Amino acid sequence: MANGIATQAAARLPVTRRRAGRRFARHKSLVAFLMALPLIALIAALVVYPALYSLFLAMLNKGMEHFVGLANFSFLFRRDLFWMVVKQSVIFAVSAVIFKALIGFVVAHFVHNIPAKGQRKWRGMLLVPWVIPPAMSTLAWFWLFDPSYSAFNWVLTRLGFGAIPWLGDPLWARFSVILVNVWYGAPFFLIMYLAALKSVPEQLYEAAAIDGANWWQKIWYVTLPMMRNIIAITVLFSLIVTFANFDIVRILTAGGPIDQTHVFATWAFQLGIEGGDLPLGACVSLFMFPILGVAAYFILRDINRRGNEA
Amino acid sequence: MAQVNLRKVFKEYDDVPAVRGIDLDIADKEFVVLVGPSGCGKTTTLRMIAGLEDITDGEILIGGDVVNDVPPKDRDIAMVFQNYALYPHMTVHENMSFGLRLKKLPKDEIQRRVNAVAGILGIGELLERKPRQLSGGQRQRVAMGRAIVRNPKVFLFDEPLSNLDAKLRVHMRTEIKKVHQKVRTTTVYVTHDQVEAMTLADRVVVMNGGLIEQVGTPHELYHSPATLFVAGFIGSPAMNVMRCRLEETADALRLRMNGDIALPIPAERVARYRPYLGRQNLLFGLRPEHLTDMRGPLQPGQSSLETTLDVTEPLGMETLVFFSLDGAEICARTNPAANLQAGRRAQLLADLRYMHLIDADSGRVL
Amino acid sequence: MKAASLKRERRWALVWSYIFLVIFAVIFLTPPLYMLVTSLKTSAEISAVTLPWWVFHPTLENYYALLTSEAYLTFFRNSLVVSLAVVAITMVISIFAAFSLSRMHFWGSATLATGVFLTYLIPETLLFIPLFKIFAFVQDWTGIEMMNHWWVLILVFPTLTVPFCTWIMIGYFASIPKELDEAALIDGASYFQVLTRVFLPVALPGVIAATIFAFTVSWADFLYPMAFTTSVDQMVLPAGIVTTLIKGDVFNWGQIMTAALLGALPPLLIYAFLMDYYIAGLTAGATKG
Repeated sequence: MANGIATQAAARLPVTRRRAGRRFARHKSLVAFLMALPLIALIAALVVYPALYSLFLAMLNKGMEHFVGLANFSFLFRRDLFWMVVKQSVIFAVSAVIFKALIGFVVAHFVHNIPAKGQRKWRGMLLVPWVIPPAMSTLAWFWLFDPSYSAFNWVLTRLGFGAIPWLGDPLWARFSVILVNVWYGAPFFLIMYLAALKSVPEQLYEAAAIDGANWWQKIWYVTLPMMRNIIAITVLFSLIVTFANFDIVRILTAGGPIDQTHVFATWAFQLGIEGGDLPLGACVSLFMFPILGVAAYFILRDINRRGNEA
Repeated sequence: MAQVNLRKVFKEYDDVPAVRGIDLDIADKEFVVLVGPSGCGKTTTLRMIAGLEDITDGEILIGGDVVNDVPPKDRDIAMVFQNYALYPHMTVHENMSFGLRLKKLPKDEIQRRVNAVAGILGIGELLERKPRQLSGGQRQRVAMGRAIVRNPKVFLFDEPLSNLDAKLRVHMRTEIKKVHQKVRTTTVYVTHDQVEAMTLADRVVVMNGGLIEQVGTPHELYHSPATLFVAGFIGSPAMNVMRCRLEETADALRLRMNGDIALPIPAERVARYRPYLGRQNLLFGLRPEHLTDMRGPLQPGQSSLETTLDVTEPLGMETLVFFSLDGAEICARTNPAANLQAGRRAQLLADLRYMHLIDADSGRVL
Repeated sequence: MKAASLKRERRWALVWSYIFLVIFAVIFLTPPLYMLVTSLKTSAEISAVTLPWWVFHPTLENYYALLTSEAYLTFFRNSLVVSLAVVAITMVISIFAAFSLSRMHFWGSATLATGVFLTYLIPETLLFIPLFKIFAFVQDWTGIEMMNHWWVLILVFPTLTVPFCTWIMIGYFASIPKELDEAALIDGASYFQVLTRVFLPVALPGVIAATIFAFTVSWADFLYPMAFTTSVDQMVLPAGIVTTLIKGDVFNWGQIMTAALLGALPPLLIYAFLMDYYIAGLTAGATKG
């Protein structure tokens, strides 16, 4: 039994005698790595590798026999259709995301306002568009927009307006595609924002009310700042998903009429799979990447900065 | 035999030392408390004994065997956590029997043990409940039950009472002590509360800055602290510590505090302190209970002290009075009947038979 | 006076909320309801254009036709097999990876966790073309049938599901207090037992949410099936319905809507019964991330 007093032991550890449990720690690291290996392998083989391969692929000729460098890229740059697709994709993505976010935000407030018991029911009903596989629900819209049998036109003509060529007229076609995308995606924003709204402390609103804020000011000065992170994340995700959208455009218009609704994904599909020119298709797809990267960079940077402030 | 030995144990986290070389021998069936302020290394030491942290250098032995490379599940130990760490999806019964079920003990043996331990802890009626249905004290008892039922060589407690309110803490302290008397298992208990340490331990280990300041029984630590840190840490209200010098008078020594206060050193200590006559940076330590009101003629070794009181705190059983000396706030425990008043001068009795002389540079008690 | 006006204000806000909620509910639910209405119509009634929004002579002939159609049943079976297989693969990969990344630390584990998040920046619309070429190449080189086979989808769908499911599970695992693992280890559990007997039961809501997500995504994917399967017997529902039922100029809308509705049924049923887990899975990704 040592009733000793502290000996002034060496402050630095004697380097020579480091045994003790090192083996155990290394073994644990190895197990951890092995458990994560399938994930790493999956992403490396089926995401990273194809992404890099597409760079190479875009530099081959149509028959994929020889290397043509940047010929595909310059070919696209010189085509008006390419720039139109760029413009359409951007307008499509940006306007759709703005509307989805707005509608999601507004409706989330309405759901938040009603008593808690009823919220679950309404929330359940309002998420339905997002639950239905987009291919199926887009078919329903396709039917609703049908030139001869459109149920919408039936109502419009009864009310005295003319029938609208939902998918036949280029401008209306663009509108329809955005409309369906907003219909499909707004519920996602609704759910996210509703959850975020609930996490804003009630006391902040009370303090703002005492300070004299009206409903609009409360939203601007309390709600929005508190929700900045979630708004940024949802907008980023939605921009990526919407920008890369395939299902809706493909089923509604397949890019038409006269290629006026083509986005990157559908045009790449048409050129690459239907047209058999894989390198050109890959080239088109690649153009999505820089735009996505830039958007992601800005939003992530914004999130990190806010995170450090908090 | 379940003794625990620590030999020159070091722990570094990325070159930052948490435990800087400790030696400790804990006997079989002994209840040892590791106590000290936050960051002193007591929890790290406990976790190294448990096997939850790697040992950077040194050896830890349980029951005579070196366990440095032995994983927690093979060390035959049990631990009670600060936050109980009960499995939320299991009933109390399942929580307690989890370790036994992992060892594949026969069902009736498990049943017997769980019921026995539940009886000791008084949680027999809670066996089918889930943790979220229990109060803090009940959860703590279930956590203890989970540890006891495994019949380990060593119990480890990691600040188990910190999450309980004051009253419950006092009650559970007694419970733990009773359990230890019934189930005589070697126990290592970590706390930052010196009251818990003093009331529960067979021996107390005071730690500070990764090192052991002193190991001893509660009595030893209280009455014979070895360092300034231990003297100040143990006991509440804390020991009064004041700067002083030694003076020689005729055949005796005197303690000179600043100003006109000079207290004669008791005869029996003169020889012991004489070597430090010229020393600078000496400290004088006296516990508040040895500074009282004048309650009779002075005994040898006692002195009187006159001063103006700043504050009085009537506690009913005693009245704490505070006064300034050389910039320090000194506390004395007085009899309420003496009716000492703040702002007035008072005569206090200092019993220097219980004094401590401390070297400020090394922190050692001389 | 003030209390009364506050109450009146509240009531107005409530009334307006309900009004708008009804409007949006109508907007959101119209297409699926219209699908249902159309599915119950005969071709005759559809072309008669009496009243699109209501069915006067409901019939189940469309349902009957589809449920006895060899092709449609094949689609359904393929979808089921692919989705269930993908769910199994996804959950195994995700749970192990999440356990490793949230609890055990090895060199590079933090970067890997961020990397998982970043894979979502690479959409399937970028990958389908190179994958097409890679599969063709593998088939030429090894003789394994990769083109136009439904089981290729089992290979690629996990890329859509594993990253997000891993992220969900990391969130749930991270919220389990570390002391719980330590208590289990001291009680004598191996790491595998800690995972199966402590983590999975406690994180069960997360497991269910991730499973639902994996199933729904696999069931609904459209691009990969369109790219990788071309013959009817290999297709899954979304691709199958779109390509076969829309032949030339003749659209059998009754059947198309029925096919779409039946195809949407599994996700809808899961949603109806497990709505809370469904939503938890969505929000977990963002809030616990």
